[in-house]
Amino acid sequence: MGVTACGALCGRHRQLLLLLARGFCSGFRRFSAEGETHFGFQTVSEAEKGEKVYQVFESVAKKYDVMNDSMSLGIHRLWKDILLHQMNPYPGTQLLDVAGGTGDIAFRFINYIRSQRERQVQQKLRSHQNLSWQEILKSYQEGEQKSLGGSHVVVCDINKEMLTVGKQKACHLGYSEGLSWVVGNAEELPFNDDKFDIYTIAFGIRNVTLIDQALKEAYRVLKPGGRFLCLEFSQVNNPLISRIYDLYSFQIIPVLGEIIAGDWKSYQYLVESIRRFPAQEEFKEMIEDTGFLKVEYRNVSSGIVAIHSGFKL
Amino acid sequence: MGTLLRRAPGSLCCQLRLRRLQEALGSSAAIGRGHRLCHADQAAAADHVEDERYYQLYPGHIPTTPLQKALLAAGSAFMALYDPYRHDMVAVLGETTGYLALQSLRERMRNDPEGYRVLQERPRIRLSSLDMNGLRELPEGTFGREYIRFLDDNRVSPDTRMPTKFVDDEELAYVIQRYREVHDLMHTLLGMPTNMLGEVVVKWFEAVQTGLPMCILGAMFGPVRLNARKLQALTTAFIPWAVRSGRSANCILNFYYETRWEQTVESLREEIGILPPPTV
Repeated sequence: MGVTACGALCGRHRQLLLLLARGFCSGFRRFSAEGETHFGFQTVSEAEKGEKVYQVFESVAKKYDVMNDSMSLGIHRLWKDILLHQMNPYPGTQLLDVAGGTGDIAFRFINYIRSQRERQVQQKLRSHQNLSWQEILKSYQEGEQKSLGGSHVVVCDINKEMLTVGKQKACHLGYSEGLSWVVGNAEELPFNDDKFDIYTIAFGIRNVTLIDQALKEAYRVLKPGGRFLCLEFSQVNNPLISRIYDLYSFQIIPVLGEIIAGDWKSYQYLVESIRRFPAQEEFKEMIEDTGFLKVEYRNVSSGIVAIHSGFKL
Repeated sequence: MGTLLRRAPGSLCCQLRLRRLQEALGSSAAIGRGHRLCHADQAAAADHVEDERYYQLYPGHIPTTPLQKALLAAGSAFMALYDPYRHDMVAVLGETTGYLALQSLRERMRNDPEGYRVLQERPRIRLSSLDMNGLRELPEGTFGREYIRFLDDNRVSPDTRMPTKFVDDEELAYVIQRYREVHDLMHTLLGMPTNMLGEVVVKWFEAVQTGLPMCILGAMFGPVRLNARKLQALTTAFIPWAVRSGRSANCILNFYYETRWEQTVESLREEIGILPPPTV
């Protein structure tokens, strides 16, 4: 399989090592040496990884959204919409969006809540047809004050540049209430225990140095009954799509990074880090080990992306 | 993260490693998908991953496949036209399309005694290596003084040149780096400022001199952004002069400019073979 496949691709060493890396990557999460981990296909110390990841996102922050659209041809928007639909939040939910950077999930959450809220208000009005003027006035006032019904989203990111870009976007798009922007490390969240109803991390957890630690923190800050949701790149299950996906990832995405953002290396890291991340089943086991129950995953786009969900019960 | 400078591809140790990997892959193919390599092969594979990753021929080198080079060439050409402030795109275009021209430039350098010396000693023009105050104190009309004047007037610095990334030969990477650093010196010798008109004129000169596709493209497409008056001055006076100078001059990379700061601009022009600029 491997030899013919690499014969079909350009006959350079690089293609060979890619297939090799995919073959043994799935079981090769941590090196045996003390305190060492992976940064894409390189080996670095754990302390170094955090710093290097920070630099990557500092450099890509301004072009982050443009690059996401170019690399995924806009499909990342659909993936995030699917995540929101699976989340199905109701007004009053407290959401923590970790590695939320430029705020894509947070804005979608607010839109979703607003439309849910409107529906709620309309239903309420319809069921109360014989109201006095005072009661109608009161319901309109309440509606204005609590257009989000008490929902709130905290966007937490370790990288200040990404948060700055997110805040600017919020200004442009007109999102003012129900949002907070906090600098924080997913491995050590600056929040009390049992605080949030939902914890999401979209395309962020593969950049965390100690994934187990991040999962433990997620468990800690969620209220009992709270839900953990993770949207992340995963392993493709279809062999044909997998080959096209590899070709696209390693040949085209760094080139796009160089041309659009002037940064080859950051996007090379990005596609390598996707290959390094554990597969769906293994990640599910990691979530279960942390203590979450009813852990499930759902493949989207043949496994290019997977949504993992678990509950703290 | 250290960078390892390696020998050229096809060296014996790389081939041996490659063969070991092929055997390892062959065995995994026999057993089927999802097979985990045995520990020794995993170590070899991890080793090779690291080697390939660091398969840099020089610091800053990014190895690329032919497909990637083609995409980079097309994308950077488009981006350079779309956003003229993306100088890095012009650099990338030069690197990905310049293989043949760079080889012929290297040959010319090797065949000339001063050019050969430049190739051996690999001088770099950087703020840290230039004695700025010393050059400023040189008499008027000397090459060094005029160069500093050019840097000051146009508010540019020799340190803004992009390092080479996509050239897969260590010596050619130096040749293109030298070409970039000599570009500012050409501005000085041709007496052209760094506005669009000046850049186009220098590009015409360099296109004739070096044959780099990037220069040729720049020379052809640069003028689209000029107004009619400048375009007229360009076509009637500047371009013919730049082309004639380019043809009559010796190869501009064959001069060790760092030893010629005290020479006057006129005498250096004569030595190289650049004709005096037209008066417009």
